[in-house]
Amino acid sequence: MTLEAKNLTFRYPRQKAGPVLEGISLTLRAGERVGLSAPSGRGKTTLCRLLAGWETPQGGQVLLDGAPLPRRGFCPVQLLWQHPEEAVDPLLRLKTTLYEAGPVDRSALDGLGVRDSWLERYPSELSGGELQRICVARTLRPELKILLCDEASAMLDLVTQARLWRFLLDQAEARQLGLLVVSHDAALLERVCTRVLTWEDIAAPRRA
Amino acid sequence: MRGNRRKTTLLLLIFAAGVLCALSLTGELLAETASAADFSRKNLPPCPACPFGTDWMGRDMLARTLAGLSLSLRVGALTAAASGAVALVLGTAAAALGGWADALISWVIDLVMGVPHILLIILISLACGRGFWGVTAGVALTHWTSLARLVRGEVLQLKETPWLRMSRRLGVSRSALLRNHLLPHLLPQFLTGVILQFPHAILHEASVTFLGFGLPPEQPATGIILEESMAYLTTGRWWLALFPGLSLVLLVVLFALIGERLRLLLSPAAAQE
Repeated sequence: MTLEAKNLTFRYPRQKAGPVLEGISLTLRAGERVGLSAPSGRGKTTLCRLLAGWETPQGGQVLLDGAPLPRRGFCPVQLLWQHPEEAVDPLLRLKTTLYEAGPVDRSALDGLGVRDSWLERYPSELSGGELQRICVARTLRPELKILLCDEASAMLDLVTQARLWRFLLDQAEARQLGLLVVSHDAALLERVCTRVLTWEDIAAPRRA
Repeated sequence: MRGNRRKTTLLLLIFAAGVLCALSLTGELLAETASAADFSRKNLPPCPACPFGTDWMGRDMLARTLAGLSLSLRVGALTAAASGAVALVLGTAAAALGGWADALISWVIDLVMGVPHILLIILISLACGRGFWGVTAGVALTHWTSLARLVRGEVLQLKETPWLRMSRRLGVSRSALLRNHLLPHLLPQFLTGVILQFPHAILHEASVTFLGFGLPPEQPATGIILEESMAYLTTGRWWLALFPGLSLVLLVVLFALIGERLRLLLSPAAAQE
């Protein structure tokens, strides 16, 4: 499995200024753990949204093994959102959120330390870290190939952060997942990734 | 000891709903009495036997007022339900489908909103042959627009939320998205909107009937009662217009109260105030 971004251009609707992304290219293979760091406001999150199929680029393509991402059904490329409290429906019990797209592996829940009592509650009754672990659990379906982690551990304390990454690395190793780790934390990227990219590595040089 | 605000609000809601149910029932039961003429007691001012007085045919004004309000309630319920359903379907469709469907629906909304309400109601009522169904169709077909616009805006906003995109990319079906995610979020605004349609519908029904384009004169509708009493106001029979008019205002206020309370109860932002 290879996720390829080819020469992406993207602007948000009704946006006056130039495009957010221009000439972005990136290749991510299964089993690979790629780190990406760039200054704030460069468009890292927007790039993740495009790669996960949340948005459609105006120019260029996002290809998974040479084919566009599926429009319906489970998408093999999933995004771990930076703010877990925004990634779950505030009016639903977490049980519903966790199981709404299908069964979830019991061992994943245990590995992440998700307690059964959390699932009876509403999102406002859990902390960001607890919610993020539930979000990780629901994306880890057998069909998952590529996981995009957009500052996915920034809201966690160091111990929980370490546990989450240990778990994700084990999963990535065992299932040959491709990981894209977006973070400002250079030490984290150094520790977790097989290679680290900067924005200059993925953006085409601007024409003068 | 004061109960908490949620409880008092709930009690008030139940009380108001009870009054409305009782009103529509008694009106239905009094339909016979309301049109029974008795010339031995015509033009009576309010007295213990007939608290709202009697008219020039000796008909009991209390019975007529109650029957009229009950009729108004039925028109209100039907139109609110019909326009609410139209608003929900069209508003959701516009936002969910986007593109030309959205443009078309928004254009129709603007079109209907652009024509003065009362004119459109009269036209539709006439085209549908007046009477109960004419008025109901007229009010229902003109009152869905603002609610549809509200629903459309709400769905557009929900579509952009990370949690909805997340659920979609996790493969949740469209019907499940609608059922589990969109409807629960729409429900508070929608219910409040539907309830607040009631007073509009009732007032429009009364005014169209008053102008002579609505319900037929033999029916004891509030509009008919008010229109007939006009002729007698100058001769000093104030009770013919005062009590039915006052009851209409009270009914409308009651609905506005229910709608407002419901909004306070259901809206998460206001519930904690």
